[in-house]
Amino acid sequence: MTEYEAVIGLETHIQLNTTTKIFCSCKADSWFDPPNSNICPVCSGLPGVLPVLNRVVVEKAVLLAAAMHAEIQPESCFDRKNYFYPDLPKGYQISQYDKPLARGGYLDLPLPDGSRRRVRIHKLHIEEDAGKTKNEHGRRLIDFNRCGVPLVEMVTAPDLRSADEAAQYLIRLRQLLRWLGVSEADMEKAHLRCDANVSIRPKGASYLNPKTEIKNVNSIDAVRDAIAKEIERQIREVEAGHLIETWTLEWEEDSGKLRKMRSKETEADYRYFREPDLLTLYVDNAWKNEILESLPELPLERRQRFIEQYGLPDYDADLLTGERSLSDYFEATVKAYGGDPKRVSNWMMNDVLRILNESNRTAAELKLTPEHLAEILKLLDGGTINTSTAKSLLEKSDSSGKAPSVIVAEEGLAKVSDDSAIRRVCEEVLAENPKEVQNYKGGKVTLIGWFVGQVMRKMGGKADPALTRRILEELLR
Amino acid sequence: MELCDLPAYELTRLLRQRKISATEILASCLARIETVDGRPGSTEPGEISDEDKQTVHAFITVTDDRARAQAMSVDQKLADGEDPGRLAGVPFTVKDIFCVQGTRTTAASRILANFVAPYTATPVARMEAEGALMLGKVNLDEFTYGSSNESSAFQPCPRNPWNPQCVPGGSSGGSVASVAAGEAALSLGTDTAGSIRQPAAFCGVVGLKPTYGRVSRYGLIAFGSSLDCPGPIARNVTDAAMMLQVIAGPDAHDSTAASVPVEDYLAQLETGVRGLRIGLSPDYFKVTYPDERGEYVQQAVPQEFEAAVRRAADLLAQMGAEIIEDVPMPNTRYGIPAYFVISRVEAASNLHRYDGVKYGHRTVEPVRDLNEMYRKSRAEGFGLQPKLRILMGMYVSAAQYSEQYYQRALRVRTLIRRDFDRVFDPNGKYRLHALLTPTTPTTAFPFGAVYGDSVLMQYADQLTVPANHAGVPGISVPGGIAADGLPIGIQFLAADYQEALLLRIARSYEKASEGESWRQVKPMVLQR
Repeated sequence: MTEYEAVIGLETHIQLNTTTKIFCSCKADSWFDPPNSNICPVCSGLPGVLPVLNRVVVEKAVLLAAAMHAEIQPESCFDRKNYFYPDLPKGYQISQYDKPLARGGYLDLPLPDGSRRRVRIHKLHIEEDAGKTKNEHGRRLIDFNRCGVPLVEMVTAPDLRSADEAAQYLIRLRQLLRWLGVSEADMEKAHLRCDANVSIRPKGASYLNPKTEIKNVNSIDAVRDAIAKEIERQIREVEAGHLIETWTLEWEEDSGKLRKMRSKETEADYRYFREPDLLTLYVDNAWKNEILESLPELPLERRQRFIEQYGLPDYDADLLTGERSLSDYFEATVKAYGGDPKRVSNWMMNDVLRILNESNRTAAELKLTPEHLAEILKLLDGGTINTSTAKSLLEKSDSSGKAPSVIVAEEGLAKVSDDSAIRRVCEEVLAENPKEVQNYKGGKVTLIGWFVGQVMRKMGGKADPALTRRILEELLR
Repeated sequence: MELCDLPAYELTRLLRQRKISATEILASCLARIETVDGRPGSTEPGEISDEDKQTVHAFITVTDDRARAQAMSVDQKLADGEDPGRLAGVPFTVKDIFCVQGTRTTAASRILANFVAPYTATPVARMEAEGALMLGKVNLDEFTYGSSNESSAFQPCPRNPWNPQCVPGGSSGGSVASVAAGEAALSLGTDTAGSIRQPAAFCGVVGLKPTYGRVSRYGLIAFGSSLDCPGPIARNVTDAAMMLQVIAGPDAHDSTAASVPVEDYLAQLETGVRGLRIGLSPDYFKVTYPDERGEYVQQAVPQEFEAAVRRAADLLAQMGAEIIEDVPMPNTRYGIPAYFVISRVEAASNLHRYDGVKYGHRTVEPVRDLNEMYRKSRAEGFGLQPKLRILMGMYVSAAQYSEQYYQRALRVRTLIRRDFDRVFDPNGKYRLHALLTPTTPTTAFPFGAVYGDSVLMQYADQLTVPANHAGVPGISVPGGIAADGLPIGIQFLAADYQEALLLRIARSYEKASEGESWRQVKPMVLQR
C-alpha cells in the first residue's frame, strides 16, 4: 500500500491590536460593543470620504515582518480589491497586492523529534477588514463595526506535512503575535483566522496534487481535526481510484464534519488597481530602525538560549518561553537569585505557574516579584525557612506585595534550629506515643517520618526537619 | 449695478466699511435667483416648457435658510467688532458633488436623489468658516460625467446665461452658470478632465483647476480619484485667488492633500509679467478626434480661438513677458484616449458603493436575492453615463485586458507628464513659466448637438485633460467673444503648485484687456 504525506499551506489573517482602525479614528475593538456603534462616514463608506493610514498599523506589521524574517520593503502600495458584498461598504477592500509591505520570511517550528520545520511565507501585507453579515429570521443584518479593523495577511508555502504541524504552526504564530504585542491572537475572537489548503501525495514525491481549501476553522483544535479528517478522506478517495477535486470545504464545528461549499471556483477577478486615495507607503531606514528598537528577542531564540545558557531541559525552556513576561520573569529571578537556574525553573513550573493559572494573570502582573522569589529561594537555601514555609511565602508575598524576609520577621516564620527547643518537643512526642516507640524499636524504622511530622505539627512547621530527625533517631536509639 | 453683480473682493471691502450688510448681499442674490434661475432641477420634471428654456436652472437645492443664518452671523460679528472672516458675506454655490452636512447631496443622480450628507466637505467647511454664505447646491452632469450638463438626472438642467439655447458646459455647469448670471460671486467646482475650465470658458468666467492635492478632496464624491481637483469659479481673477487662498492646504482627512506651504496669492497678484517666459504650443492649436468611421482626424481649432490666444500673447509681451513659440507638447493628443481608460477604471470602482444597501436608491420591486436587489437598484438609480462608465471601466480593468488598456494608459499618462516637465524645467530648453492655450476647441454648443455621442462629447476636454493627467494647475479666463456671440476661454498652465504665478499672469492679462469692447458685453439673461 502506498504511503502518503500531506501537503498543507495556511492562509492566515491577523487582527492587529491597535486602538483605532486602519483608515479612520474609530475604535478598533468592538468585541463587547453593540452592532454599528464604532462607525463613522469613512469606515462605513459614505460618498466622498477618504482613507488616512494609521501609522501604528504599519509599525505593528513591520515588527511582525521582522519577527517572521521577512524583507521589509522600503516602498509599498495600497490597491483596491473590487467585489460586491453588503458588508463591504465601499464595494472594494483596500489591500496590498503586487507591492506588499514585506516579502519572503519564515517561521521555524521545533518538531517533537528535535528537528525543525521551516515554514515559509511568500509575502506579508496589510489590509482593512470587512464587516459582518448575520442572517436572522430571513433578514440579512449587517454590522459595520469590523469595517476598517487592521489586518495582516500571511500565506504560507505548502510546507506543512501533517495536521499536527499545522496546529503547531498556529500555536507558534499565536505565541509570536502575543510575544510581540501586535495582536491578541485569540482564534475564538477571530483575531487570528486561518484557511487551510490540503493535498496529499505519495511520501517523498515533490509534485503537488490538486488541493482543497478548508474554511471556517475557528480554533486550533478545529484546524487539527478538520485537516486530519480531510487527509483521511483524500487518502480514501485516491485509494478508491478517484481523483481529488479542488473543492472549497466548510468545517462544521458542532458535527465535526466537513461540508462541501462549492466546487472549483472560477477564479474571481478582483480588478486590482492602485488605490488613488493613498500615497505610496515609504518605510525608510530611520523609521524602520525606530520601530525595530522595540523588537524583542524572539520566543524560539530565547528558548534555545535558555537551553544553552542555563542548561535547562527542552521541556522547561519551552514552558518558560511560552509567554514573554514569564520568560522575562524567569531570567530576572535567575539573576537576582544567583544560584542554580534549574532550581528557579522548578519553582516556577510547579508553583508560580499554578498561581498564574489560578488567578488568570501573566507573570508581569504578579505582586510576587522576581526579587521576592529569589529571596524565598535564598532563605530556603540558607536554612532560614523550610519548604512548606517557602510555599506559603509565595502566596503571602503575592497577596501583600511585601518582601518575603519582611513577612518572615513579622510572622516569626523562621525555622527553629535551636537544638534544645526541638529536643524538648521530641521528648514530649515520644512520651505521648509509647506504642509507636515500641513498634519502631521492633524494627518499623519507617515510623521516623511520622515522628518528624508530629514534631513539626506541634511546632507550627518551623522546626528544621533534618535536625528534628537527627534528634529523634538519637532519642530512639 | 446690483450687489449680486459686484466682485467678491468689492463685497468684502464694502462690508468691512459697514456700507452694506451680509443680509443685503444675500437678499440681492436671492432676488437674482428668483429672476433668472427658473425652477430648480428635479428628478420628476414633467415637460420642459419654452419658458424653462429661457432661464438658467443652476440650482438643485437653494439653501436660503442656511445662507440667512450665515449672513446674520456675519452681520452680528461686524456689529460686535469681531473678525467675520476672509470671505465674510461672499455668496457662493457648491457643485452638488460635495457633501454638505444637512443638505441633500445628489451628484445629480437618481441613486443619491434623497441622500442627506451627515458631514461637510473640507473646502466647503473652510469657506463657511471664513464667513462665506452658502446659497445652495448647483447642478452638474450626473456624477460629473459629461461636458454639457445634459446628463443630469435633475431637469431642467443648467443653461448657458449667454444663450440659454446652448449648454453651459460641464460638468461644473451649474457652478459657472450661477456665477455668470450673478446669482453668486463664487462657486466651488471640480475638474477631472476640464470640468471647471471648460464650462468657465463656455460661460465667460474664471475657472481654476489647482494642482492635484492643493485642495482637499474630502467630501467630494469621487469620479476619477487620481484626477479630481476641487477649485474656484469666479467672475474675476482676484476673486478666484481669494477663494483659493481659503480652500487650499493640507487636510488631516485627505492624505493626498499636499503639505506644500500655501503661498499668499493676493500679495503677488498685481506684480506683472515682466521677464516671465510664456509658451505657445502648436499641439494646443489643433484637436484630434475619431470621425464616424473611428478614424482619427486632426483639425485646427477655429481661427478666432487661435487669434484670441495670440492677442493675449501680444498683450502679455507688451507688458514685458517673453513669448516662446513652437513649444512641443507631442503627447497632448493622447490625453483623451488615456483618460477614457484611467477615469473609467476609477469611476467604476468608485460607483461600487451605490448598491442600495446603506443609503441612496433601493428598488421597491420584489427581488429574489441579493444580486437581483443590486441589479435592479443600480439599473434604476444610475443614468446612461454612469452605466457606460461602469461597463467600460469593468472591461478595461479585467485581468485579461488590464495590461493592454489600463497599464498602457498609465504609461501614456507618464508621457504626458513628461511633456510638461520638459517645458517647465528651469534648466531645460524652454524654461517656461506658463503655457498659453485655448481652453476649448469650440464655444458652447446648442443643446442636443453633441449629447448622445459620448465619445465626441469627451473630446470637448481635449485641451484641458493633459493638466489633469500631469497634475499641474490650469486657469481659464475669458479671452473674447466669438462671432456666434458666445465667450471664448483662454487657458494658462503652469508647473506644480505655481498657482500664485498662474493667477498673477491671468490677472495681468485681465487688466491689460480691461478696456476691450468685448469686456462690456453682458450675458443674454442679464440684458433683459
